[in-house]
Parts: sequence; C-alpha cells; structure tokens
Amino acid sequence: MLGSMPASPAAGSLASLPALLLESAEPLARLHSLDVVVIAIYFVMVIWIGFYLKGQSNTSEEFFMAGREMTAWIAGLSFVSANLGSLELMGWAGSAYQYGILAAHWYWVGAIPAMLFLGMVMMPFYYVCKTHSVPGYLKLRYGQGASLVSAISFAFMTVLMSGVNMFAMAVVMRVVLGWNLHFSIIVSSLAVAAYVALGGLRSAIFNEVLQFMLIWGGALLVPILGLVETGGWNGFKARLAQNISAGLIAPGDYTHMWRSMGHFADNPMGIHWTGIVFGLGFAISFGYWTTDFLVVQRVLAAHNLRSARMAPVIGSFFKMAIPFIVILPGLLGLVVLRNPNGSLLHLVGQDVVTAHPGAGLHSYNEVLPLMMVRYLGPGLLGLGITALIAGFMSGMAGNVSAFSAVWTYDIYQPLLVKNASDEHYVKVGRWSTILGVVVSILTAYMVMQAAGIMDYVQELFSFFISPLLGVVLVGMFWKRATKSGGFWGLLIGTTASIGLWAWVKIDPSALRYVALSTDAKTMAENMYRALWSVIITFLVTCIVSLLTAPRPVAELDGLVYGATKLPEEEPVPFYKNEWFWTAIAIVVFLALNIYFW
Amino acid sequence: MHSSGISIWFFIGVLLTIYGALIFGYGLFEFAAHHTASVELANLHAPVWWGGLLLALGLFYDFRFRPGRNH
Repeated sequence: MLGSMPASPAAGSLASLPALLLESAEPLARLHSLDVVVIAIYFVMVIWIGFYLKGQSNTSEEFFMAGREMTAWIAGLSFVSANLGSLELMGWAGSAYQYGILAAHWYWVGAIPAMLFLGMVMMPFYYVCKTHSVPGYLKLRYGQGASLVSAISFAFMTVLMSGVNMFAMAVVMRVVLGWNLHFSIIVSSLAVAAYVALGGLRSAIFNEVLQFMLIWGGALLVPILGLVETGGWNGFKARLAQNISAGLIAPGDYTHMWRSMGHFADNPMGIHWTGIVFGLGFAISFGYWTTDFLVVQRVLAAHNLRSARMAPVIGSFFKMAIPFIVILPGLLGLVVLRNPNGSLLHLVGQDVVTAHPGAGLHSYNEVLPLMMVRYLGPGLLGLGITALIAGFMSGMAGNVSAFSAVWTYDIYQPLLVKNASDEHYVKVGRWSTILGVVVSILTAYMVMQAAGIMDYVQELFSFFISPLLGVVLVGMFWKRATKSGGFWGLLIGTTASIGLWAWVKIDPSALRYVALSTDAKTMAENMYRALWSVIITFLVTCIVSLLTAPRPVAELDGLVYGATKLPEEEPVPFYKNEWFWTAIAIVVFLALNIYFW
Repeated sequence: MHSSGISIWFFIGVLLTIYGALIFGYGLFEFAAHHTASVELANLHAPVWWGGLLLALGLFYDFRFRPGRNH
C-alpha cells in the first residue's frame, strides 16, 4: 500500500491516474484461461483462510493482536509485506526506469536503519507496556489528549488512504487487463472484508505472508530473465552505456546511488544528500517504520520480546532484497523493452501519454507490467498479476485491521462505551472492519468523481507521521517529558507541517527556506518538511515539558528508557541472537551502499 | 503460530503446490507439443523449471508443516 511513505516520483501525481482510462483502449496484457484459474485460486485461498481462522478470533486479544503468538518470521514477513503494495511495486519500478538506481534509496537508507532501530531500541518499550496500538502507547505515556489526536488522525487517514489505493488499483487493473473498475473495486473489497472481519489481525497477517511469497514467486522471474537477456549486470551496464552514447536514452548516472547527490541540480530527482540522509533516512523513514501503527501492529503480535525484536531485523533483510524485483526490472526496461518494429521503446511521463491519446505511448508506471508481458507466458503471467492483486489486497487488509484496532481501543472504548464485555469489543472490531471497507469504497467512488482529492489525501497523511515520531521518541527516551509537552508537541508539530506545505503552495519561492534550495523538487520538499516538523515537535515537547510538572518516575515503568527494567532474556546461541543478525544487516546495508556508491 | 492448528506455512505450501503443478504441467505440455508462448526467451522453457521449483517448494512445505505434525 502507499501508506504514509511518499509515493514514488514516477507515480507522480496520483490524480493523473484516471487520465489513463481515457487513452488506454487496448489493455497491456491478455490473460490465458490458465492465468484466470491462477487468479481465481488465490481468491478461493484467502477466503478459505478467513473462514478457517474465524474460530480462532473470539477474544479481543485474538482478534486485534492475533493472540500475540506470531513467530519472528511471520511477524517479520508481515511487517515488510504490509508496506509492499502493488502500486509501490509499479511506481518504484517506473522511478527506476526514469531516475535509475536512486530509487533504491527508499528501500535501503529509507528503511533499514529505522527498522533496526525499531527492533533493537524501541520495541522493548512497545512490547513491555503491552499496548494494543501506537496511540495506546501515547495514552500510557502522555494521557488521553495526545492519544486521541493521534488515534483520530490515524483512523481517518487510514480508511481514506485505503479508498485511494483501491481506486488506483482498479485503474491499474483496467489499464493492464481491461477489467471493469466497479468489478475490481467490489470483488477485491468484498474479499478483504470477508477475511479480515472473519479472522481479524491473524487473517490479515496470514494473507500478508502469503502475499509476500506470491510476490517473490510471481515477480522474481522477471529480473532473472532480464539479466539472462542482457548478459548479466555488466552486460546491462554495457548496453546502457551504448544506448546513452547513441543518444537513445537520456544521459545520466543510472547505476550509482550517491555520486550525484552533491547538489540538488546534479540529479534528476532534485535531492541533496542531506535530504536523503536526514529527511528520508530519519524523519520520514523513522516516522513510518517506528510509529505508523499499520506496520508496528504486526510486530506487536509476536509471541515474545525476542521475536518482537527479531521480526524487524528479519524484515530488514527482505527489504534490502526487494530492489531486485522492483528496481532491477525498471532498470532492465531501459535496454530491453522494444516497439513492435524492434526499435527501443521509450516510456514517458503520464502527462505526455495523456496529451497524446491514441499515439500508443506508455508511461513509466507501466514498466513492470510491460516487463511481465515480455517474459511471462500463460500461468506465469497469471502468477505475476496475482502478485499485484495480492499486494493490493494485503495493503488494504493492513489498513482496515489497523483501523479496526485503533477505532475500537483508542476511540470507541475511551469515548463511547468504556466498560463493556470483551465479546462486545470483538463485535465492534468486526463491524468496524466492515465499516472501514465501506468507507474505503465510498472514498474510491468519491475520488472517481474528483480525482484531485487523491494527491491531497496522500499529502494529508504525511502531515501526521513525522510529528508523531517526535513525541514518541522524546517520550520514550526522556523521563522529564510531560503530558502537556506531548499534547502540544504533537499538535504544533502537525500544524507546522501543514503550515510549511501551505506556505510553498501559496508562495513557491518559499522552497528556498523549506527545502534549502530553489532547485529542490517535490520529493526533496517532502523530506525537508518532515525534518522541520520533527525538529519543531522535539522543541515544543521539550520546552512545554520543562515548564510543566513531570510524572513520578515510578509511573513510567515500562514506558521510558532509564525508568524501565527490561525482562531478562534467556541466553541463546549467537546465530539466534537478535544483535548478531542486526550486525549482519548493518554490514549488508553498508556493503550495498558502497557497491552502488 | 503452530499451536493454533494449521500453520500458515502449510497454506503457503498448498498454494505453491497447486501453482507449481499447473505451471509445470503447462510447461511440459508446451515442451512436448513444441508449442511455445510468444514471449521473449521462450526457448528457456521457464514454466518447466520455475513451475518445477514452485512445486518442489510447495511439496516441501506441505510435508514439513502438515497438520498434526509437531513442528
């Protein structure tokens, strides 16, 4: 799902997606009957899982937290999978085609440090305090005010994002396969509603793990065959250099990640390395991977603290590998995709495609489906398409299961019905899952009528995540932080984020202050805005805390570093130790960045 | 995850087995009938080896995580 991580630059304006409907008379792919069977089997399987798990989701702990009995592997795969939607796959493959390997920053520096920090440093506090959600942690640490601000914004934006993704996915299915929009929306949402309402978080997690395997099974073959065709990575680079020198591809450094980051104008993304490291690598990435309940919920479902810490570490290895099935196909598309007459196929921006209807042009976002159609025959193509559908459905399941937990625990219970039975809250959880899906469908149809809403929803979500990081970090690592500090930090940080965005909208020259350069592009602006909002949140939380009375340290047990005695973990052999695997992950992460420097 | 009945890995095994069997079977049919799909590198017969790999992986998971087995 698109979640709150920034959309890929190639995805560009999500609002341009509906324009695809106008000019795509012919779908990109034609399915063989075997492909249809493969897709149908997937739907049967997810519904079966939902019905099977219904009997195991009777208590609130089972329904909302999957009984807290997930192994590290399941929690880790689900953790990564909840973020791995089909629109990301297609959008980032398109970005790789357009900008080269720079797109891999979102998978490496934009994820790995934050995931490891969550596992090694923050997870003990989330896990020990036995919270059901991130707003739940805020309630324990800062009280009801900060928790409500966070819960309401999260619940509202989660279902909106779910609807936006639903519509975007239906458009993609229309363009790639020629499917009817209403068919895609209704069938996929009914399937998701059924299996999440029946099996709760456990069902969502099961399907996310299933989806993860499908994505690898369906998409891995594309880069393998692409590398075979180009003669390996060195063969690809040689063909790329040849095409650039022949003027067939726009000049640029497509295979290095850091060399062109010295100045905003030196790279096509218009980003400076400080924006990547501090904006993406800290403010956005830590905000998303450590405080967005959608992903944190998966790790909270682990069966013990060691598994909860190990899960993000396991996830980090798979996250580092994802560019192989996303970025590499985009890069390979630069040299292997051909027109019917054998000449090199040039993908273009969506605006160009829209401006030339009927010209047979394809946008950057279509590079992954085009690569699938190039290499995958009957059955394998069905598997690839199933991977895309599964990616969308598990993203939506992640949204509605997180919405259901936050709505029930952090809004309904404290505000509406305080002391009901456990059975009552499970019932509310099931109905709120269905409510979440219904609101998502309504949002999808609303977006169909007014596509401009899509971009605003995307940006709205980004306003909340970085300030949340600020208050969670201060609260978790500073005993002196107070209830008022947390509340005002969150509120003013969010307001500042919205204010900075509005400032640039009204006066584009303000970019020189917000993003430190007039050469900065949208992506750089997002990164610096996130960084400013974290800094403002930090400052406000600290200043207000110093001016108000602190809580007694005894009340902070299980919530704050230095006030919590973490449970002793049984010694295990080094190869089962989370610190050992964290060290390996750091080495691999550094090696990848150095190799592709 | 195993204490509550069927393991997720078993479900994955079943799905991979079915997909592997379908794709591998189709690949063999293509191979035997000298009929190749109109895709690039069709001469590599990807459905045979990729389908075979999925099938083998699926069968392994089916066996390893079959219901009733103490994992």
